[in-house]
Amino acid sequence: MIQNQLQNQNQNPLQDQARPAAARRAGASVSFEGVIKDFAGHRALAGFDLTLHAGEFVALLGPSGSGKTTALRVLAGLESTDAGTIRIDGADVSTLPTSRRDLGMVFQSYSLFPHLSAGQNVEFGLRMRKVRGEERRARAAAALALVGLGTHYDRFAHQLSGGQQQRVALARALVTEPRVLLLDEPLSALDAQVRVALREEIRRIQTELGITTLFVTHDQDEALAVADRVAVMRAGSIEQVGAPEELYSRPVSSFIADFVGLSNRLVGVVRHGFAQVQGISLPLLDPSQADGAVSVSVRPEDLEFGAAGAPGVVLSSSFHGSLRRTRVRLDDGTSLVVQHGARLHPSVGEQVAVRFTGAPVSVDPLPAPE
Amino acid sequence: MTAVAHTPTRLVRGLILGGIGLVFAIPIVAMVEFTLRRGLAGGHDVSRWTALFQGGFAGPYRTVLVALGNSVGLAVGTVAIVLLLLVPTLLLVHLRFPHLRRVMEFVCILPISIPAIVLVVGLAPVYSVLARLLGSSVWTLAFAYGITVLPFAYRAIQANLDGVDVRTLSEAARTLGAGWASVLVRVLIPNLRRGILAGAFISVAVVLGEFTIASLLNRVTLQTALVVVSKADPYTAVILSLLALTFAFLLLLVIGRLGTVRTGSRRRPTTGGQP
Repeated sequence: MIQNQLQNQNQNPLQDQARPAAARRAGASVSFEGVIKDFAGHRALAGFDLTLHAGEFVALLGPSGSGKTTALRVLAGLESTDAGTIRIDGADVSTLPTSRRDLGMVFQSYSLFPHLSAGQNVEFGLRMRKVRGEERRARAAAALALVGLGTHYDRFAHQLSGGQQQRVALARALVTEPRVLLLDEPLSALDAQVRVALREEIRRIQTELGITTLFVTHDQDEALAVADRVAVMRAGSIEQVGAPEELYSRPVSSFIADFVGLSNRLVGVVRHGFAQVQGISLPLLDPSQADGAVSVSVRPEDLEFGAAGAPGVVLSSSFHGSLRRTRVRLDDGTSLVVQHGARLHPSVGEQVAVRFTGAPVSVDPLPAPE
Repeated sequence: MTAVAHTPTRLVRGLILGGIGLVFAIPIVAMVEFTLRRGLAGGHDVSRWTALFQGGFAGPYRTVLVALGNSVGLAVGTVAIVLLLLVPTLLLVHLRFPHLRRVMEFVCILPISIPAIVLVVGLAPVYSVLARLLGSSVWTLAFAYGITVLPFAYRAIQANLDGVDVRTLSEAARTLGAGWASVLVRVLIPNLRRGILAGAFISVAVVLGEFTIASLLNRVTLQTALVVVSKADPYTAVILSLLALTFAFLLLLVIGRLGTVRTGSRRRPTTGGQP
């Protein structure tokens, strides 16, 4: 194992200063194997397994307290593991100190060193790797140019906006050409417009450099928009991992259906591979589901207004650009959200009828009544 | 309520500054006046000042110079204890053992609530052991002074520590390949410069002004030497006190200068935490 680590260090492109940018090695692969982490009686990671392929952009999505930041910090070496193995390019790094794991990290809170200029901040990692003056400055300037701040070399953190500070932090993390880039909710402190612009820029740079990236976020839009694969966490382990489309259209549980995109929860029954809900029979995403009482998750876009549907009354309607979401209370008391084109504008109190488009649904068995 | 309503006018500012200035100036002016008196005959001249300087601090005044050297040495020793012991301990508590923070605060504030006389009663037997191990030279007082300056130095450094996101900064440095030593020297100390400097300042000031402990433990420091002189010649003692005041003022000025020059003064020291 020790030999493995040594080999890895030798391959480290950062120590090979002569290597031209074009010959950069593609990112490293990363794997978590049964990682467990306890904090004072609370299990933050409960047998966490995840593999990132070389050059892949994986988003770790989950509600607060699901352990996503802990997973990232464990990979960075900022937290120790209680059990399990973490490998980078096959070598076990679980006991390696943070400073020798060769990672780049961008933090949620602004983390620029306030006593250094933007350029000196970016130079910091190179300085630690004993890169000499001229080359160090040139590489720092190039990294700042990469994030669009080529003219801000001499600015200090307090002279930069939040978005600019996070860009400098990104340049600082990337300049050493690390094996893995770790992003710990780097956009959550920024306002909406900057957020969208910066997340697209992060994706562009990541694709350009081909660096393996783990991106922690609680914002599903962010995760779905930029990641190659999204891993959704719940209570310290992964609930489902897959391409964004897969997670959205084939959620394995109602937790995923709720967390990724909007979802209506209805009570129904599974019989002969179909879900019976509101007197309608709907196909199942997972036809092997056993018969019995279930909770059915239906996407708002899988509902529509139509004469043959269940009658109800409009409670509210909200505008989302090209589309509209309208909340309806059916006559039996069930509350539903229907998504439809923005041209249709139901008024509150209006009598409507809602029907299913017939798209397959995911279900969760309900606990049997006592 | 607007911000303008809270800004004092030029007049109010002048009155406040003037009032505070008077509180400091009156005793000093009175001291100067005292040293210039011509005894019972009345009137003023500078004969005592010239006598002291022309005599070259000879005779009984020689001790004062030695005592000044002792006090400066003690100040250096005390600052070293504070910087080498207190700063790393505070960082360790802040980063690794945050649950110990209350305990740390209590321990550091404690010396202020214990009168020096009580402290000495406890210190005397400790120092009799210390004298056997390290000799009874004056620098050993730095251990006692390290305790007496603790509350002041702690407050100064802790306030700075609370204003800087030490955890994130050190984590960022570590992910960039810095070991703990580099984190301390290149990231933490530059950002805690103000607090460390303030702590050093106040330590120097306390040490130069301390009398009780030095006197009760029979050590010769600036203050004890001045008291000895004042018993023989009150006029010269006041002259020496004035010189000591000037010296302390210049010393603090120099330390302040050193602190700002070393890390450059292009920036306002902020935590940079604002979006």
